[in-house]
Amino acid sequence: MTLTGHPRADGRKGIRNVAVVAYLVECAHHVAREITTEFRRWPDAHGGDGVHLIGFPGCYPNEYAQRMMEALCTHPNVGAVLLVSLGCESFDKSRLHRAVEASGRPVETVVIQGVGGTARAIAAGCAFLEGELPGLAAAQRVPMDVSELVVGTVCGGSDGTSGITGNPAAGLAFDRLVAEGAACIFEETGELIGCEHVMADRAATPELADELRGAVEKAARYYATLGYGSFAAGNAEGGLSTIEEKSLGAYAKSGASAISGLLKPGDAPPRGGLYLLDVVPDGEVRWGFPNINDNAEIAELMACGAHLTYFVTGRGSVVGSAISPVLKICANPETYARMQDDMDVDAGRVLRGAPLAEVGDEIHAKTLAAAAGGRTRSEALGHQEFILTYKTFEPLGPACLPAA
Amino acid sequence: MRDPRLIRLAPEDAVLVVGASLAAGETLALDEGETALPAPLTLGHKIAARDIAAGERVLKYGMPIGVATRDIARGEHVHVHNMRSDWTPTFTLEDA
Repeated sequence: MTLTGHPRADGRKGIRNVAVVAYLVECAHHVAREITTEFRRWPDAHGGDGVHLIGFPGCYPNEYAQRMMEALCTHPNVGAVLLVSLGCESFDKSRLHRAVEASGRPVETVVIQGVGGTARAIAAGCAFLEGELPGLAAAQRVPMDVSELVVGTVCGGSDGTSGITGNPAAGLAFDRLVAEGAACIFEETGELIGCEHVMADRAATPELADELRGAVEKAARYYATLGYGSFAAGNAEGGLSTIEEKSLGAYAKSGASAISGLLKPGDAPPRGGLYLLDVVPDGEVRWGFPNINDNAEIAELMACGAHLTYFVTGRGSVVGSAISPVLKICANPETYARMQDDMDVDAGRVLRGAPLAEVGDEIHAKTLAAAAGGRTRSEALGHQEFILTYKTFEPLGPACLPAA
Repeated sequence: MRDPRLIRLAPEDAVLVVGASLAAGETLALDEGETALPAPLTLGHKIAARDIAAGERVLKYGMPIGVATRDIARGEHVHVHNMRSDWTPTFTLEDA
C-alpha cells in the first residue's frame, strides 16, 4: 500500500491535517471548547480532519508542560493552531506562539482579557478557523513511506486476556513495522515492573540496557512511595492479581525487536526502530501519579511524534484522542461481543482458535489503512480525549540513543 | 488431557488461564486428574495447575507474578485472596 501524508517544514509528514485549539489554563477551557464545538460538524459538509481541542489546565509554570504543548502544536498531524489564553496565567504563550510560527504553521493567539471577554474571544477564534479550515481540507497529500511512520502503543482496562491475545498481537505488528523501517514506541515503565531484566537483554548496547533497567527501577520506587501500583480495580476484576502479572502481559506489546533507544516525553525517535518511552518523572516524588489515566500516556506518545497509537483493552476502553488516531484492539472476546462498535480489531478470537499471526497481520493492515486516511472507530465516534498535567524530567543521557 | 478452555502459557507455570467463562459445578480436566468448580470463573482468571504451598513463588508465562499467601489446592481459583505482589499491594473494590 502506498501511503500519503501532509508534508511539514521539518521534513516529517502528517497522516491527518487537523486544526488544534489549545487552552493555556483551565480558565480559558470553556472559550476554547465553545470555539471547537462551533466546528464539530464542519468536516461532514466540507471534508478535512476538523478541529481538535487540547490544553494545559495549570496556572503555574512547568517546563514539561511547555515542552509537551510545543511538541503537540507542531505535531505532524497538525496543520494550524489557535492558542486561547485567559491573559494572566503563567504559561509562556509567546514562546509557544513563536515555536508554532517557526514550524511554518498558521497560528493565532486569542487573549480573552485582551479582546474583551468570552463572546469576543469566541468570535475571534472562530474567525481564525474559518480562514484556515478550507486550506487544511484542500491540502494535497504527498507520497509517504512506511518508514516515515511513528506508531505508539498503550494498554488500558487490561484483564487476564490482554497479555495472551491483544498485547502479543500488537507486538507482532510492531515487529513488522520495525522491519519496514518505522519507529515504534512502547511505554508505561510502571507496567514493566518485573520485566526489566528480560527487556534489558534486548537493548542495542550495554549502556542502553542500564538505562532501561534504571527507568523501570525508578518507576518501582515512585509507585512504592505512592503506595499504589499502576493497577486499577477493574484489572483485578478481569483476573489480574498483581502488578507484575499485569506487567508481563503489557510487556508483550513491545514484540521481539531489538530496543534502539529510550525516549522521554517530547523526544522524537531519531530513526526507525523500537523505543521505550520513560513516562515516570525524574527526581523526588512530586506532582502525584505519573500518568493519572490512559490518555495522559497517549498525549506523551503523540509528543514523541506518534502518528497513531494502538490501544489494547480487555475490559473495554472507549477512548480515542485529539490529534492522532487511536486504533482499538480488543483482547477479550466477551467484551468485543458487547462493544464491537468501539473496536477496530477483535484479538480475542485467538482464544477461540484463530492464529495470533492472523491478528498481528490485521493490526498491521489496519495501521496502514488508518495512515492512508481511513477513520478508526474512535475517530468515527468523535472521541478526542486529551489530558496534560505537571511533571519534571531531566534531559536524556548520552546512552539513551546510541548511534545506529 | 487438559480441558481446551484452560491455557498453559509456559510448561513450568503453576497456574492455568481460563480461556472462556465457566459456570459453577463444571468439571474441568487438568493435566493430572479433574476438578469441579465451586464458583463461576470469568474469562482471564487463573486456577492452580497443581498444589501451591504458602510462600511459594507463583509462575505465569514462566515468570514470577507474586507469592502465595496460603496453601492453594490444585484446581482452586488463584487471585488476590490467596496471592500477593512482590512490589506494590493490589487495589480492589469490595463489590468487584
